[in-house]
Amino acid sequence: MGVKEFATKAELHDFLDDKAEELRSEVIRLSAIAGGGHMGGGLSMADIIVALHYHAMNLKVGDPKWADRDRFVLSKGHGAIAYCPVLADLEFFPKDWLETFNRLDSPFGMHPDMNKIPGVEMSTGSLGHGLSVGVGMALTARLDKAKWRVFVLLGDGEINEGMVWEAAQSASHFKLGNLTAIIDRNRLSLDGPTEEIMSIEPIRERWESFGWNVSDIDGHNMKQLVDTFDSLPPVESEAPNLVIARTVKGKGVDFMENDPIWHYSGLDAEKSEEAWKSIHSSRPARRVEK
Amino acid sequence: MTDIQKQIVNGFTFTTDTYDQLTQAEVYGKVISELAETNPDIVVLTSDLMRSNKTGDFRRVFPERFFNFGIAETNMVAAAAGMAVSGKLPFLSTMAAFLSLRCAETIRNDVAYPNLPVKIIATHAGVSMGNGGTTHHAIEDIAILRSLANMTVVVPADSIETAKVVRATAKDRGPIYIRIGRALEPMAHESEDFDLTIGKSITMRDYGTDAAVIACGVCVKAAVDAADMLNEEGMKIKVIDMHTIKPLDTETVISAAESCGVVVTAEEHSIIGGLGGAVAETLSDAGLGIKFKRLGIPDIYSAIGYPEDLYARYEIDTDGLKKIVKDLLV
Repeated sequence: MGVKEFATKAELHDFLDDKAEELRSEVIRLSAIAGGGHMGGGLSMADIIVALHYHAMNLKVGDPKWADRDRFVLSKGHGAIAYCPVLADLEFFPKDWLETFNRLDSPFGMHPDMNKIPGVEMSTGSLGHGLSVGVGMALTARLDKAKWRVFVLLGDGEINEGMVWEAAQSASHFKLGNLTAIIDRNRLSLDGPTEEIMSIEPIRERWESFGWNVSDIDGHNMKQLVDTFDSLPPVESEAPNLVIARTVKGKGVDFMENDPIWHYSGLDAEKSEEAWKSIHSSRPARRVEK
Repeated sequence: MTDIQKQIVNGFTFTTDTYDQLTQAEVYGKVISELAETNPDIVVLTSDLMRSNKTGDFRRVFPERFFNFGIAETNMVAAAAGMAVSGKLPFLSTMAAFLSLRCAETIRNDVAYPNLPVKIIATHAGVSMGNGGTTHHAIEDIAILRSLANMTVVVPADSIETAKVVRATAKDRGPIYIRIGRALEPMAHESEDFDLTIGKSITMRDYGTDAAVIACGVCVKAAVDAADMLNEEGMKIKVIDMHTIKPLDTETVISAAESCGVVVTAEEHSIIGGLGGAVAETLSDAGLGIKFKRLGIPDIYSAIGYPEDLYARYEIDTDGLKKIVKDLLV
């Protein structure tokens, strides 16, 4: 498991925190050069994406089509800006491709396209679709008696969509313990707080009543993310898994945190500088001396 | 009671394994079971309609490759996309009205846009649900589906064509929408002895160049019968079975229009955006100003009634077609 081996858990967590810090910086840089980006939700999901792609998922650097890889669906497709840089870092395509973000004929826009970006398993963008697609992938794995898992990252506001619940009922009906959904619970959708716009609580009870195995964690704590993914029940188990990852929209950039105005926005050189400073100073304390 | 009424009352429990005694859905159920024996990637999905769309046959033979998604069509479509993207060849079927309207966005974003080999068998299309009424009539589906890039749209004329299309599509890697009826529609072909190529129309009758009728689905047989009768009366009609609406066989449309100067389209669909719309676009792009008439359901919600009565109401049966063609030739 993981793209790199570490002697201790502390070293692993430190490595992942470094990757998340790099990713946050890249989200800001790309949003600036692209003329805008989904920074709020991108920053909230950064630690989850990093924990999955550099540790929890079985992936092979440089080989996006490796047959035994774990599958990932970014159901909250607007998180592309915090996803594509990870695929580049995993050497699925050259990093300089990212410089074209949002431009005419670029592979990269607000939402990821599987036919343009190596490593993207499914094109997404319209909310509420990804979990159903994940159900289909998990059924394939069952039919093929394969060991790979399917991970689907959802936004919290996204679970307002009825199709998510169609998918939730079918995942437990088909006994898809090889499927893990993660909700990026940053508490804000485009218009404001989820509980004011269209409430989704109690999330745990709702999903448990649909037959899911639910865990509820701090989505910015690498130790909790790693431990949760490491302790998923065996792939053969029957209950699908849900991880409620409690996050902060705009996490890492003090002036963006918890402010829905940064759901999608651009930023100038001065603001970018301010954002990077905030990201570097807010990185969790080093556990391992270098 | 008419034959069609008897079928509706008695259900579709035919025992003889011949085309003219099987519905298109029953033929689909049998062909897919046969294909699945040699292609282990084939999986079959339905949404609480296996009794109606006859995929129960497949389930009996391949229970582990059959998935009933319950009454949740959009999830089924997106899950089929997930299966396709991970290597399976999904055939999914439910009623055309729900697939084309409720699932339009799912088909577009999860099947057509990623260009995945999901095979959509839309049953109970057109007004074949007859007395089911407006919610169960699919009269906009061709218009919707043919506007999706990457999508192929086929409307077989009868069970023989259905079998040929299902066999053909198991070999290609693109998405396709195959639109079939509900009941024991009359056969347009007398034998299996013809080639069906997706995207290439079939000339069913070629009596002459007084007029061309371009039809799809149940209207093909009606057009053939109308042309045979009109021939007796001295009117020489060409009948084209345009089973593939997209990609349209524009070459044949243009040559029929140029040689006949009178073109009638006939379909079990709204006159807006279906076969008639596609032919009209082709004629106008080619700059051909000819006598042209689209037959189908006018811009209204179709009435309740048995299908044959509805076909008569909207003049897409043999009598209706005969009358319209004659009127145009006077």
